[in-house]
Amino acid sequence: MENKVVINENSFRRMEKKEKDLGVVYRRSIWKDIKKEIKANKMAIAACVFLAVIIVACLLAPLSPYDPNALSLADKFAEPSLKHPFGCDEFGRDYFTRALYGGRVSLLVGFSAMLVTVFIGTTIGIFSGYIGGKLDMLLMRFTDIFLALPSMLLMVVLNSFLKPSITTLVAVLSLFSWASVARITRAETMSLKERDYVIASRNLGAGSVQIAVKHILPNILGPVIVAASLGVASAILTESSLSFLGLGISVPNASWGSMLQGAQAFILDRPILAVYPGVLILLTVLSFNVLGDVLRSALEPKIVK
Amino acid sequence: MIKIILKKVAQVMVVMLLISIFSFAIIELAPGDISAMYITADMSAEEQAMVMEKLGLNKSPVERYWEWLKEALHGNWGYSLSYKLPAMGMLTKRLPSTILLMGTSLLVSLCLSIPLGLIAGYKKNTWIDNAISGFAYFGMSIPSFYFGMLMIILFTAILHWLPSSGMHSFGVNTPLDTAKHMIMPVMTMALSSMASKVRYVRANTIGQLSEEYVLAAKAKGTSGMTILFRHVLKNTLLPIITIVGMNMASLVCGSFIIESLFGWPGIGSFAMEAIGKQDYTIIMAYIMLSGFILVMGNFVADILYSFADPRIKRGIDVANGK
Repeated sequence: MENKVVINENSFRRMEKKEKDLGVVYRRSIWKDIKKEIKANKMAIAACVFLAVIIVACLLAPLSPYDPNALSLADKFAEPSLKHPFGCDEFGRDYFTRALYGGRVSLLVGFSAMLVTVFIGTTIGIFSGYIGGKLDMLLMRFTDIFLALPSMLLMVVLNSFLKPSITTLVAVLSLFSWASVARITRAETMSLKERDYVIASRNLGAGSVQIAVKHILPNILGPVIVAASLGVASAILTESSLSFLGLGISVPNASWGSMLQGAQAFILDRPILAVYPGVLILLTVLSFNVLGDVLRSALEPKIVK
Repeated sequence: MIKIILKKVAQVMVVMLLISIFSFAIIELAPGDISAMYITADMSAEEQAMVMEKLGLNKSPVERYWEWLKEALHGNWGYSLSYKLPAMGMLTKRLPSTILLMGTSLLVSLCLSIPLGLIAGYKKNTWIDNAISGFAYFGMSIPSFYFGMLMIILFTAILHWLPSSGMHSFGVNTPLDTAKHMIMPVMTMALSSMASKVRYVRANTIGQLSEEYVLAAKAKGTSGMTILFRHVLKNTLLPIITIVGMNMASLVCGSFIIESLFGWPGIGSFAMEAIGKQDYTIIMAYIMLSGFILVMGNFVADILYSFADPRIKRGIDVANGK
């Protein structure tokens, strides 16, 4: 009894458990590709570092000793100093604190709009591409129309009638940007659904939802991540334009765009007030754009030569 | 070919119809309307009803849309509710100054971005390319109104070279004066549309330079610049047509923000004012007008493209079984 060898699952797998270095990596995960590409590109590292710093700073904004909306007329237009690193605005509010809180709004709107956009776009894209036929045609005509609409124009009209808040901003921004994501994911889905492994899994009895989630979604992740990065950039840009037109979140709260709107009135006397929020928008959007391009060359090597 | 054009025309019409339904719905859904300007609290219910009827607000939205559409198809765009003047007339009066701005900035951005893109592609990965690509990144990432503000700070506040708003100086009406007023808005508008063009031309140039005809030209001893501006340029111009069409969107929408920033008396700043007053005939007329410019831009680009590149026409003919 004691010498009897019990054969269990482990006995078969033991050989495979030892990893052999074959010199060829068969399991290339998306994240490994991204990491490699970012490490190789100095601009990308700088973009990542800047974004990390700005996100952490905005998250830590409540640590600032000042209230972003508290008026203090004694400090009106205070020059930048140790006490007020960016100086003060026309109401004596600490500009640095306001910039951090404004960044919270801008980043929140940017990220949420991107998430909603990607979610709606990917769902419609996969659905349309996978089911095909008449439904696909109908959905794609619908998408075409959304792509052809003068979006900025309608956004301005829509926003001027809605009560401005973060939710409406996100809703309006995503309403006009899901279409391009849907286009990309649909095209990818169309080519993926004819692949052998998808056909095999369908023949094995997998349901449509299962195939879409397990086989198609992971394989279109690349273009979706690229679109997401560029989407954050454009959402922040558009939000700043809307806020600049006075259609962003309501006063006294601020976003970077509405700070610029406030600074516009003093542009000839206190140009420095316009510089800070604008540079923050510029650098943040720039970082997301750089990141988007790097991600593209990491994830879609076919397209980039 | 005619078939394709007809199909495109049908598409344009459907898009325009949808734009109108969409914008009408938005205005309809909005809380508050123009009647707030006329109705005061001390009016009797009858008086209020009369005002509503006079403004046409007592009918259902669908009825009103239908009426608006019927009139619009006859070329009657309604009267501005706040100015009591024909809405389209007020817009077309301001259209030339917007078109002047849009056209000039389109021209400037084309004249600058094509050579820059070609050179960046030709000198790929050198410091010249890095500088030009960095510039394109900058143009892509800066909010256009912010660039405009920076220009105002530099040229008006610090250097006192250029006027910061309007189209003419008071009492002066010379082309030179208008040109001076135009420099900043035009540069602002051109910058944002240049970025995408430079990147496209660069990518295209890189692609074209690896083609065999370039190798053949090189083998014959043609100089780099000749290859670039004689041969490669022609082939990179094709996609530019589509991009210019796509650019119409950023020009039309950009005019909105930039006209407001520089106080340019065009249709954009006028519409901005109308939005503040909830003057829906003007808003509708403006959306339809600029939507039309936009959609036509894409339409013309599509048609031009298939004329300019015979391969596409052939491709479509093959697909149609000819």
